[in-house]
Amino acid sequence: MAEAHPVGFQWVMEAKRKGATIIHVDPRFTRTSAVADLHVPIRAGSDIAFLGGLVNHVLQGGHEFREYVVTYTNAATIVSEDFRDTEDLEGLFSGYDEERRAYDPSSWQYASGATTAASGQRDPEQAGGVQLQGGSSDSADQGSQGPGGGDSLSTGGVPERPERDETLQDPRCVFQVLKRHFSRYTPEMVEETCGIAPEQLAAVADALVRNSGRERTTALAYAVGWTHHTVGAQMIRTAAILQTLLGNIGRPGGGILALRGHASIQGSTDIPTLFNNLPGYLPMPYARDGLDLDSYIEQDTASTGFWGNSRAYLVSMLKSWWGDAATAENDFCFDRIPRLTGDHGTYQTVLDQIAGKVPGYFVVGQNPAVGSANARLQRLGLANSEWVVVRDLQMIETATFWKDGPEIETGELRTEDIGTEVFFMPSANHVEKDGTFTNTQRLLQWHHKAVEPPDDARSELWFYFHLGRILRERLAGSTDPNDRALLDLTWDYSTEGSHAEPSAEEVLREISGTGPDGSAVSGYTELKADGSTRSGCWIYSGAYADEVNQTARRKPGWEQDLTAAEWGWAWPANRRVLYNRASADPQGKPWSERKKLVWWDEDAGRWTGDDIPDFEATKRPDYVPPAGAKGPDALAGTDPFVMQADGKAWLFAPSGVADGPMPSHYEPTESPIGNPVYPKVTYSPTRQDFDVPGNRRNPARSRVYPFVFTTYRLTEHHTAGGMSRTLPYLSELQPEMFCEVSPELARMQGLDHMGWATLTSGRSAIEARVMVTERMRPLRVGGEVVHQIGLPWHWGPNGLSTGDAANEIVEIALDANTHIQDKVGTCDIRPGRRPRGPALVEHVASYRRRAGLPDDRDVASARGGTLVPGGAGAQADPDGTVARGGPGGPAKGADEESGGSGTAHPGSDGPTDDRGGDRSDHRTDHRGSTA
Amino acid sequence: MSVIEHLPWPLLRQAVAARRGTGDALGRGAAVRSRGTEAKVARTATADRVADSICPFCAVGCGQKVYVKDEKVVQVEGDPASPISRGRLCPKGSASTQLVTSPSRVTTVKYRRPHGTEWEDLDLDVAMEMIADRVLDARRKGWQETDESGRHLRRTLGFASLGGATLDNEENYLMKKVYTALGAVQVENQARI
Ligand code: SF4
Repeated sequence: MAEAHPVGFQWVMEAKRKGATIIHVDPRFTRTSAVADLHVPIRAGSDIAFLGGLVNHVLQGGHEFREYVVTYTNAATIVSEDFRDTEDLEGLFSGYDEERRAYDPSSWQYASGATTAASGQRDPEQAGGVQLQGGSSDSADQGSQGPGGGDSLSTGGVPERPERDETLQDPRCVFQVLKRHFSRYTPEMVEETCGIAPEQLAAVADALVRNSGRERTTALAYAVGWTHHTVGAQMIRTAAILQTLLGNIGRPGGGILALRGHASIQGSTDIPTLFNNLPGYLPMPYARDGLDLDSYIEQDTASTGFWGNSRAYLVSMLKSWWGDAATAENDFCFDRIPRLTGDHGTYQTVLDQIAGKVPGYFVVGQNPAVGSANARLQRLGLANSEWVVVRDLQMIETATFWKDGPEIETGELRTEDIGTEVFFMPSANHVEKDGTFTNTQRLLQWHHKAVEPPDDARSELWFYFHLGRILRERLAGSTDPNDRALLDLTWDYSTEGSHAEPSAEEVLREISGTGPDGSAVSGYTELKADGSTRSGCWIYSGAYADEVNQTARRKPGWEQDLTAAEWGWAWPANRRVLYNRASADPQGKPWSERKKLVWWDEDAGRWTGDDIPDFEATKRPDYVPPAGAKGPDALAGTDPFVMQADGKAWLFAPSGVADGPMPSHYEPTESPIGNPVYPKVTYSPTRQDFDVPGNRRNPARSRVYPFVFTTYRLTEHHTAGGMSRTLPYLSELQPEMFCEVSPELARMQGLDHMGWATLTSGRSAIEARVMVTERMRPLRVGGEVVHQIGLPWHWGPNGLSTGDAANEIVEIALDANTHIQDKVGTCDIRPGRRPRGPALVEHVASYRRRAGLPDDRDVASARGGTLVPGGAGAQADPDGTVARGGPGGPAKGADEESGGSGTAHPGSDGPTDDRGGDRSDHRTDHRGSTA
Repeated sequence: MSVIEHLPWPLLRQAVAARRGTGDALGRGAAVRSRGTEAKVARTATADRVADSICPFCAVGCGQKVYVKDEKVVQVEGDPASPISRGRLCPKGSASTQLVTSPSRVTTVKYRRPHGTEWEDLDLDVAMEMIADRVLDARRKGWQETDESGRHLRRTLGFASLGGATLDNEENYLMKKVYTALGAVQVENQARI
């Protein structure tokens, strides 16, 4: 955190000054470790085992915050008797479908029936894999067996509270199921898996337990060290289980703080430019028979808790988009939302680009040629596109791949053969436009335009507004019903200045929403399902309350208390601590004076406190929902987790998670050891991988690729470097790509400090300056010594400070929940610079041959054919994968293949690698072939 | 101004100041002042105006003050009023001025035609029209009305988008809105990466 979120880290130091204990868990000793009370080195990717050890310590020792756990979590809820744990099935949960490499979660339900998740997989087919047949009523019935289905809390109109055992003794209650599940994570198992000694684990566990309860709270902070794994979502789930057991959620000084990486990465998730969501975490609809607004609301969203108001959120969004054209009669234009059929995430898209199936690509303030896993495949995707629009401040690698990209140097591609048309559109930077960023604490902060952008530089707001305007002009008068969505779109933003810049404030006001009379709404509780209100993103509703840009408030910190509620605006409703009802006991009194935040004021008949209560203001603590209640009314006065269908924190997730209701440790996508926790299942059984040319996975326990690498970022650089490697100061501070290795590894491999090293994986090879440092240390795990290599990933060939991109050697292997890649892999490391030109290709291929992987030397193999000169569209694929529609009517079924192809690759255990060891796991790899 | 500050050598000023107890032996404060430094004026003091801003790099969201003179950004500083950052900026935030004024910044449209070997210049309006043509063409090529079992899709897989995580919320909103209206679903962001 001191490295990647340096100014935020000042608050950790403030806490330390007040007596807090700071523990840093990281494979590397960093600037954070230097000021922490305790640094715990861990094997990269083994965090579930480490956190699992802590959960086990809490459960075995009875250290949970009992009253909190009994009332505020689902610990007491009885789980279906069909459920089988990984303990019963040697590493798999019940419902695993080997062929689809996916789970049917129907056996994970509560005994009382299915419950819809507040997030994650909510479409019944996607989650359950149940192929629904017939009309909408059938779908609804079948769906009710799946997690996303109509939940049985409302079956037959009679709500049924889940069956509970508040003594937590029933062997099928969540608490006991959890206790059995985590009993495997003993200190010895943690040592064997993570390389963390029992004494170290005990020191962490004691500190956590000591610092949790009524009087004290503990916060966990993480970044992509948890997210970037094939089991990333489950690592975070483990942290959530730990914090919930200790009563550290919804309380001041508690929580799990996702330290997001970039200025508005939180905002990009809230108002998602992500394929699977609509604004405010409403799921994008998947294709289903007879899908309409009613069945979407019924099946994809919970009917109890605040998701019970989903119809109001969605209808208000549809009204914001389609205005008067959206009416109750036409389902408020719900039909116009395009449907999903599988994974349409960025990695699947790149593979489709390589196959010539995606003619066009907009890359907007992003640099995938350096910044996405398997950078070479990213560039091959670009080279197989018909056209690419790159919007950026600087000439980044994604814009210049055709001219001087690495494949030009190796001779794999020739500039003249690349048919991609490239538009470089200069963009405005943050001081040249108005708008909001949402920071890591959900705080929207307005930045004011200081100057006009130079020359042709324009904001994205300008680009998309005017592109939309031109497209609407082009299609004006079209009779094609599929053009109505664009033609009816509300797109009349006023513009200002010589560039005709659209008003960002007007857009923010639309996002925040308006009432029946057209004036700004105060927040999402005012939104209606009848079409009388509008709001582009319900969770941001209120950002423009009282016709005031709340995000531009800048009352100085010294004029406010610590909450600083008048600086910017936090979603939802300017609350600073989510679920803060949990900061008070079931009766509504603070758990302790020291840790009070919000409480029930009996005289006033409302919740009050130092933060805005994240609870209905006048719902009494002793409120008990009447039979048949829906929406928020269905939650009791003691149910703080108001987005959950049952109002409880989920220690066990009966739905919404693709890879199990509880976390289990599986190895990173590439690992030098087997899985010590479940020896029969090495890797996450649901991981999404792509066994295609250019993306071969290094065999398990390979001696050809014997070392672990893990990527990370530096204080002085920013993501793929477009905004930092181009700046003189930052380039001077961190001038060159390097790798961190331990003195032991340096001795073993003959690496010199400040010398060069070549790192080779099944994907490619890169070179880096060597930093030999005791900050890296070998760990003893699973009876073997594991050497880890640290790799900052900011570099690329362009800019002032240049170097090879770490992403050249990273495999595309994804978490089934998030479709996010793993940052950990294996490689070889040797002294000296990497080969240049065609010799590089031969070098990588020779490693692959030794490891028993396919040769894949020819660039054309990446697309299973010849690289088509002129890109995808100039010449159609021989197999016609880019279907063309005539001008009069769109073509159908252009890309049926890609629909579900990303979700699982049952056949990916290719005969040529030793992945047969995945499940049966044995040392079938190529130990004889020493690197 | 005392006589010490007019002594010519910094080391001498430092030594005298320390001796007399009027300055800092470590070479701070009065010891490092001279006629030359007295004549200097901070760019922040002579700016025509100041705009409130937020650091565009990481998600901490530090407050920034952007100083403008003659319609050019001359300096970006931390905003002491921010309860998050209390005036501090890390190396990246402190380098924001260079982000704005970087000489390698490209400010005009560049075009590479299919199989071309060099960039060419292109008028912005022409580029916008050309991009609009291509969007409509790709949308048509990748259009899918239904899936194989006849379920309504009404989407295009003809073009994709990948955005960065320093885009404004308002920008992401217009992107999602117009892409969805066009039927595009392969709309992604650094948030996935
Ligand atoms: S100044 Fe540094 S810590 Fe603050 S927002 Fe910018 S990058 Fe993050």
